[in-house]
Amino acid sequence: MIWLNRYAKLVAVSTALLIAAGGMVTSTGSGLSVPDWPNTYGWFMFSFPMSKWVGGIRYEHTHRLIASTVGFLTIVLALWTWRVEPRAWVRRLGFAALGAVILQGLLGGLTVLLLLPPAVSIGHAALAQLFFCITMTLAVVTSPSWKALSPPANDVMLRRITLATTILIYSQILVGATMRHIGAGLAIPTFPLVFGGVVPPEWTAPIAIHFAHRVGALIVLFAVFLTAAHVRHWHRQRREFTRPAMLMVLLVCSQATLGAFVVLSSLQPIINTAHVVNGALVLATSLVLTLRVYRHGIQEPAIGGSPAAARAKLPVLKKSLREVRG
Amino acid sequence: MRMKSLRPFLVIALMMSAASCSGQKEAASSAPPANAKRVDESKAGTVVGRVTIEGTVPANPPIDLAGDTYCASQNPAGAKFENFVVANGGLENVFVYVKDGLGDYGFDIPAEPVKLDQLGCQYRPHVLGVRVGQKLVIANSDDTLHNVHAMGKTNGEWNKGQALKNMSDTKVFKTREVMLPFQCDVHNWMHAYVGVMDHPYFAVTHDGGRFELKNLPAGTYTIEAWHEKLGTQTQTVTLGEKESKQLTFTFKAPSAGTN
Repeated sequence: MIWLNRYAKLVAVSTALLIAAGGMVTSTGSGLSVPDWPNTYGWFMFSFPMSKWVGGIRYEHTHRLIASTVGFLTIVLALWTWRVEPRAWVRRLGFAALGAVILQGLLGGLTVLLLLPPAVSIGHAALAQLFFCITMTLAVVTSPSWKALSPPANDVMLRRITLATTILIYSQILVGATMRHIGAGLAIPTFPLVFGGVVPPEWTAPIAIHFAHRVGALIVLFAVFLTAAHVRHWHRQRREFTRPAMLMVLLVCSQATLGAFVVLSSLQPIINTAHVVNGALVLATSLVLTLRVYRHGIQEPAIGGSPAAARAKLPVLKKSLREVRG
Repeated sequence: MRMKSLRPFLVIALMMSAASCSGQKEAASSAPPANAKRVDESKAGTVVGRVTIEGTVPANPPIDLAGDTYCASQNPAGAKFENFVVANGGLENVFVYVKDGLGDYGFDIPAEPVKLDQLGCQYRPHVLGVRVGQKLVIANSDDTLHNVHAMGKTNGEWNKGQALKNMSDTKVFKTREVMLPFQCDVHNWMHAYVGVMDHPYFAVTHDGGRFELKNLPAGTYTIEAWHEKLGTQTQTVTLGEKESKQLTFTFKAPSAGTN
């Protein structure tokens, strides 16, 4: 099982890399540099000559290759999890990851063939984050520390604020993806002021989305600080809570700074991509904290090492139960 | 497997099929109707003119060619954007055309195609005109890959790859459109602008911002000058039979930072 956990971590890290590659595609405006899909300029994707990886093709083709690799890794992850994981919901999660990555691939192809319609591109970005969340969850719940016994966190408030923070961060990422894909990244070209004031003097759809992202950033900052303060105050001894909470504070501060520089640098591609990836890391960290807080509510008792082993042990358990009753 | 469970896949397949077909259609040639009025060239006049720019013209920024060694090799001295091409105070690459006033004249569609070339990792020419129904040949004279991405509003958007030297595509546009932008997403500095016109009275300024609209029948016309960064200006001109009129459009250079 330790190898499954290591492998799940590899898939999660690969997914973060894939998000970075996708971020570079959008940030450099290379989304249509390869007009066909699943082929690349008529070549089979994996035989496209390296000498032709020029200009925007480098970003788009690299993204496709990493995506294919992550897709393959996810197939293995789903099968491996199904083979050795005793918890049914974790096995199902493995296949949910597989379904998500297949759908993600189709959305990626569709958005190219349909010439980047915002709805499909935003859906592609949104599903990327959900897929990352699934791979992170698999990496967390297959870890030895997840299975180690620890007293439950009987803190209803902590459950509520960690879950709310995770949902808020994801919503903020959706607004950010919408802003990127409708080309509203510089709809408000000044920072920190908004056209010299606090609110826009006029409203258009791009300005409204951009402004919503800035307001969302403030709300997320507040939620993260509130979560971290709660953890520090009430669960100072629980390192499995304090560590992700403090990391989340560090990441969200970096995220706000990167967001400012995205505007001030006029959407410099590397800064822009760093903002996208760091946003995913903020979400992942909040998710890890939430999962740990909810751990005792969602973990099923382990029966054995694999579904087959569990089935083999079932008659023995039934016999023992009859003996106890008898 | 039940039909219901296949439905999402069918929808996706249909969408992909529609996407692959979009932009591939070529419109049928639209010859003028037999009863259309014809221009009597013996009585036609001419509008000649110049487009100028006043103020400090922003310098064209350099292009970063590092992403493609072929492009760098074709531009050993480097390359710059063509936002503002100025010669002797005249502004070039301005599309000047009769916007209104032609009434119900009919015009034959030229048989010879117009060529938009990709040469030295630039579109050549940068601004051009083509007639509705006339063939536009988009050629790749470069030994590198280009994608031809047309972003028409009324003529549709399409994207086609040209992976090899000497590949070309031919397109015919259905409706008038000023301007229809082209771009290469592989080399994001490559832009071209095509004016799709339903009559022959258009020109692109050259030779110090000069233009000429020949064989115009007598009448009152709205003439528009379009520039990719400076927008449009219009003027009205009344032309008598065999008359020649002079027009001057003067654009104001933008303030710094709007390049």
